Amino acid sequence: MLRYVLSRFATFVPTFIGVTLISFAFIRVLPGDPIIVMAGERGMTQERYDELVKQFGFDRPIFVQFWDYLTGVLQGDLGNSYVTKKPVWDEFFALFPATLELSICAMIFAVALGLPAGVIAAMNRGKFFDRTLMSTALVGYSMPIFWWALLLIIVFSGNLGWTPVSGRIDLLYYFDNVTGFMLIDSLLSGQDGAFGSAVRHLILPTIVLGTIPLAVIARQTRSAMLEVLGEDYIRTARAKGLPPGRINGLHALRNALIPVITVIGLSVGTLLAGAILTETIFSWPGIGKWMVDSIFRRDYPVVQGGLLLIAVMVMIVNLTVDLLYGLINPKIRKR
Amino acid sequence: MSLLRLRNLSVEFATTGGRFRAVDKVDLDVDRGDVLAIVGESGSGKSVSMLALMGLLPWTAKVTADEMTFDGHDLSKLSARGRRRIVGKDMAMIFQEPMSSLNPCFTVGFQIRETLRIHLGMDRKAAQKRAVELFDLVGIPDPEQRLKAFPHQMSGGMNQRVMIAMAISCNPKLLIADEPTTALDVTIQAQILDLLVKLRDETGMGLVLITHDMGVVAETAQRVSVHYAGQKVEEQPVRPLFRAPHHPYTSALLAALPERATDKRLPTIPGVVPGQFDRPKGCLFSPRCKFADDHCRKVPPEPRGADLGLARCHYPLNTDERLAS
Amino acid sequence: MDHALSEEVETQVEKRPGRLREFWFYFRENRGAVFGFWVFVAFVFIAATAPWIAPHDPTEQFRQYTLLPPVWQEGGSWTFPLGTDPLGRDMLSRLLNGARYSFFVGIVVVVVAASGGILIGLLAGFSPKWLDAIIMRLMDIILAFPSLLLALVLVAILGPSLINAMIAIAIVLQPHYVRLTRASVIGELNKDYVTSARVAGAGLWRLMFVTVLPNCLAPIIVQAALSFSTAILDAAALGFLGMGAQPPTPEWGTMLAEAREFILRAWWVVTLPGLAILITVLAINLMGDGLRDALDPKLKRS
Repeated sequence: MLRYVLSRFATFVPTFIGVTLISFAFIRVLPGDPIIVMAGERGMTQERYDELVKQFGFDRPIFVQFWDYLTGVLQGDLGNSYVTKKPVWDEFFALFPATLELSICAMIFAVALGLPAGVIAAMNRGKFFDRTLMSTALVGYSMPIFWWALLLIIVFSGNLGWTPVSGRIDLLYYFDNVTGFMLIDSLLSGQDGAFGSAVRHLILPTIVLGTIPLAVIARQTRSAMLEVLGEDYIRTARAKGLPPGRINGLHALRNALIPVITVIGLSVGTLLAGAILTETIFSWPGIGKWMVDSIFRRDYPVVQGGLLLIAVMVMIVNLTVDLLYGLINPKIRKR
Repeated sequence: MSLLRLRNLSVEFATTGGRFRAVDKVDLDVDRGDVLAIVGESGSGKSVSMLALMGLLPWTAKVTADEMTFDGHDLSKLSARGRRRIVGKDMAMIFQEPMSSLNPCFTVGFQIRETLRIHLGMDRKAAQKRAVELFDLVGIPDPEQRLKAFPHQMSGGMNQRVMIAMAISCNPKLLIADEPTTALDVTIQAQILDLLVKLRDETGMGLVLITHDMGVVAETAQRVSVHYAGQKVEEQPVRPLFRAPHHPYTSALLAALPERATDKRLPTIPGVVPGQFDRPKGCLFSPRCKFADDHCRKVPPEPRGADLGLARCHYPLNTDERLAS
Repeated sequence: MDHALSEEVETQVEKRPGRLREFWFYFRENRGAVFGFWVFVAFVFIAATAPWIAPHDPTEQFRQYTLLPPVWQEGGSWTFPLGTDPLGRDMLSRLLNGARYSFFVGIVVVVVAASGGILIGLLAGFSPKWLDAIIMRLMDIILAFPSLLLALVLVAILGPSLINAMIAIAIVLQPHYVRLTRASVIGELNKDYVTSARVAGAGLWRLMFVTVLPNCLAPIIVQAALSFSTAILDAAALGFLGMGAQPPTPEWGTMLAEAREFILRAWWVVTLPGLAILITVLAINLMGDGLRDALDPKLKRS
């Protein structure tokens, strides 16, 4: 197990350096001079320009610049936003809880529905339920989620008026940002209806963001279950006269979960990509919307730093999944 | 009344190319204390008939039989629940691949205690105690420690012992061993076979041994049933079968034993068991039989009398010997 | 398993079907896949003939007919069967022409990503350990970025246009081909036929492209089908965010973005382009599933 953990970390470090290098290179291959972009419409004098070049260190050798950048990253220094002048690092972690809250809700939604759906479909292989469920899953998997979001808005916000269209909570509520998670903060504030409002704001984004992971998890669970159900040890379990519920729910599912956990981990990346679209459509003040806005504002330090931090987040999640995989797979755990 | 009685057992698989008959009108009887060997090449349907008996075939399989009784129960009429009360308790089975037949996610102790708790209603403590006893019985050293191990931490031979311990945990009346030694080293093979015979002697259970190894048959079995392409082609007690086989296929199998070879080269049976797309019209063995004539190729033979070992052959061998004795 | 070799009931001899016929047999058995196949054929046909079968020019603005509903709703007319958009352009013509862009995106992205990915994957599979490790780490790095985000940033660098969106999507999708090709190459390299080809003196190039590659194609074909649909989805998403095809191009994602503000007033300008994307992507995915089942012997019924 220790060797396994070490080997995972050994691949983590070079990937981290590579990711840093890419986000570092990004600002240097941009069309146009970043300093000119920063100056905006007004332009600047040659003296001011030279001063800025010196200030940002653009006159030094490229590898020195990369070294400075890398050490800066490790100390949490990603530069300041051109627009707000605030450190990128602080902005990211101020907005991150919003994305995290939405992602966790979407993941819970996807796993809670997808896992049982896949198991039941596998147990009823080829029957009506299986076919219906898997067709639905394929539609979900093929869904352009930006359109799906608009459809849900038309029906639930437009026609039925049940859910709000944008934001995290109604404007009439105001309370301190304690944890950054609106669901928890609204409860802590003790204001009437605040929690309900937060939940109503969360429903549609959760469904939209969770749709594709839901479909992927249901399909993957089904195929993993079908594969496992054909294994020799399932035949042994049946030869022991165990009831079907125990065979499917314990002997098969325990083995089928191993690949499914991997897929759940991998869909975190999908989730963050989906968050870009979901947050933009629902005006959800999270990382995804922040990135899109910054791209349009040409706020390069934000794009650069955000790209790096998101990639590192994905890498940390993947590393966790790898370690978790080692934990649930006894073949790796006990060696 | 015998322990197990099968009459006209047939198994068909629904596949994309039509229906395939894997087992074709097989009769079998097994008594308490009996050791019956079922012999045949791969694809002769010997495992399938026993899996059908246990109810372990996939849903694409259709099992039909005139009679299928075990210990007074009509298996074909039993509900799934009723069958589960017998399977794993009174009728147990072990398989060819011990490594993949145990669940990799659970300790072997969990897997053996599970059987005890479900069939005998034992509590944790009693199940643990019985599991230790069983491991002792099948010759696994240091049982308490081994019970905590996962299957991949043990050798194939040890895993097969675990499988046997699990199968005999509820004192079954019948144990079916499906090529239990094929996947093991030669030295381990003899140990496992000795263990099976010893357990049979101690408990008086019936033992069905599925194998393609005539050497194994000679050492362990009392009766032999030879299968070819889904049919039973001959059945005799082990001594007469080795002395005077009636079906040419049995004869050819015996001739292929190294210790019987008279020539420099080991005799082989040319060709393979007919598959889905090349099933012959007449006798199924005719394409590979050196005695076959046109009659054999056109008309499928019916089983002969018990004096001829129920051989499915138009021209049974060693009939002179029968006349002489 | 024994029954895999079992016999049929009929005694007459039947011929074993050939490989292509067998593939088609398994593919045809999957009704969804066949349905997807025909929808895809229709999609390709529309993409090829859109300018001739569309009733109007997709960019022509009929100013007196803005936001006309489809023909079956009150106020609809047969001149504009699926209604008009806020600028009075014919929805049907725009949708038909949109198929061209999606098809174009799909083809180009798959060809670029697959050929690049297969080459790099082959290289990684055949190369010494250190080079293999470098290539795979590189792919890990690309995969660490969420695909849409990386595509978005790449487009931001290159400038928003459909071509740049296609390049970005191809770059993002290509590591999947590298991983897939490398994994199957390494699986094949241990097999006896490769050893025998080596012993027979086959050169490296021959070994790579003639001996090994054809045996790795099945999963790559399936991946190609699936990334065709991913490419269409991502291109539409970029268009929706304003980073793909630019107005007035009748690209489906761009159309959706333009129509967003009319979402509660004119359902058809929002619903129809999305429906077109969904149907196309769904058809391709159905076909991809059928391909996988037909090409993967593990899933075949025994």
